[in-house]
Amino acid sequence: MIERCDVAVIGAGPAGLAAAHAAASHGARVILLDAQPRHGGQIWRHDVAHGTPPAAQAAIQALSGKVEWRAQHQVVAADGRRLLAETPDGAVEIDAGHVVIATGARELQLPFLNWTLPGVAGAGGLQALAKQGWPLAGKRVLVAGSGPLLLAAAATLRKHGAMVVGIHEQASAARVAAFAAQLWRWPARAWQAARLRVALAGVPYRCGSFVQAASGDTQLRGVELRDADGTRQVECDYLAIGYGLVPNVELAALLGCALDRSGTHARVHADDLLCTSVPGVYAAGEALGIAGLAAARIEGSMAGHAAADAVDAARALAPARIRERAFAGLLARHFALDPRLRTLATADTVVCRCEDVPLSALDDCPDTRSARLAARCGMGACQGRICGAALAELGRFPNDGPRRPPLFPARLATLAALPFRPTTEIEP
Amino acid sequence: MNAQGVVRLAVNGRPIEVPAGTSVAAAVARISPMRFRDSVHGMPRAPLCGMGACFECRVHIDGRAQLRACMTPVREGMQVTTHD
Repeated sequence: MIERCDVAVIGAGPAGLAAAHAAASHGARVILLDAQPRHGGQIWRHDVAHGTPPAAQAAIQALSGKVEWRAQHQVVAADGRRLLAETPDGAVEIDAGHVVIATGARELQLPFLNWTLPGVAGAGGLQALAKQGWPLAGKRVLVAGSGPLLLAAAATLRKHGAMVVGIHEQASAARVAAFAAQLWRWPARAWQAARLRVALAGVPYRCGSFVQAASGDTQLRGVELRDADGTRQVECDYLAIGYGLVPNVELAALLGCALDRSGTHARVHADDLLCTSVPGVYAAGEALGIAGLAAARIEGSMAGHAAADAVDAARALAPARIRERAFAGLLARHFALDPRLRTLATADTVVCRCEDVPLSALDDCPDTRSARLAARCGMGACQGRICGAALAELGRFPNDGPRRPPLFPARLATLAALPFRPTTEIEP
Repeated sequence: MNAQGVVRLAVNGRPIEVPAGTSVAAAVARISPMRFRDSVHGMPRAPLCGMGACFECRVHIDGRAQLRACMTPVREGMQVTTHD
């Protein structure tokens, strides 16, 4: 089946929703697709027990009757602006005049002893699972890692009945205080931070503290914490841990868009109107680098306007975008990772969870290609999404994750439906 | 789904009831021990990312292998099988 549209928006989080709305407002025929069963992306994920956040509801309702919504459509291949999506009912081809990439971000995980135990999950990961109905009532959860997301995750977990035994932020108290002192420049964020403080009343928040190991046999029993006073063991049922976010750039790379590789993690390169290096392909939100909800919404609108050739409407939002993007720098400066976190993985620590590859297996691998060929690292189902980002952070080699089709493991029937030969060059 | 918004499914042959809209991952989490798949070396694994990136939550659903439980909503009568 082939569907045609003026604008295809990939990703239905805040950026994608805004992009679809903006493009449709100019009369464009818009298809909005997401691999998830519902709109919202991660930050606006629907909560089975507590519903959809009001701002998300409004953004979703605004699309009603104006945008064609395709849930559970996972884009696995592309040729120019023809996209091949896998759905529960088979493959779908979408032929788009313009494409907006709003693929968001995933959590950064750093390997440590026993991080593969059931019960160890991402901070945003356990938050997402809680919203899916994961039973947490009465469970002891320790939240750790870095960044403001830890507070939001802890608040959600508590709302679902978890006992949050502590939040352990790796950044020093001085850095966190300096970050908080700057928040007045973003009043919506200051307000959110204040609300989270109320929601988390009584939960210890420790700075300069990190998890250096987990313990348990077949399931998590506790963690070993380290701070200025030394190390100590804490029993818990779950560890919710995350070290910030990594842009999802794989689709952009597949479409041939240039990436900015100046930082540890690649992000999509775009011009002032959010056009990527490929004409007709735009990007918005976290795929352009981690800057948060407000920037994602503005950029989504900009990209949607631009993709519908409404250049003036896009340009009018540029100043607001620059202001919100400044938050990205603030985050990166104040939540920079403690170098000791990069030494938690030892020779025996599994880094590639899909293939059970220990760190020592990569000692003679200078790049991801040799890691794949010699050690099978990054060859599993996640295609290096988790280990690639971790190894880039550990300083092993740059993350140049999947950019050849299929972008995600796909059924043979889907690949057989490939109406075109993928044009992406095969690496030598 | 019945009138009360409850979906009945089976995980490893064991019947369970969960609210409509629940993910298969969240349904599997109600049985213990928590074990979604076995790693290459036979170690138990459970979801890490909750959002479809890590593939640790892969299960069999109605005979179809390698489906991400965190991205699949429960359906009435669904048969879910973990770690094999």
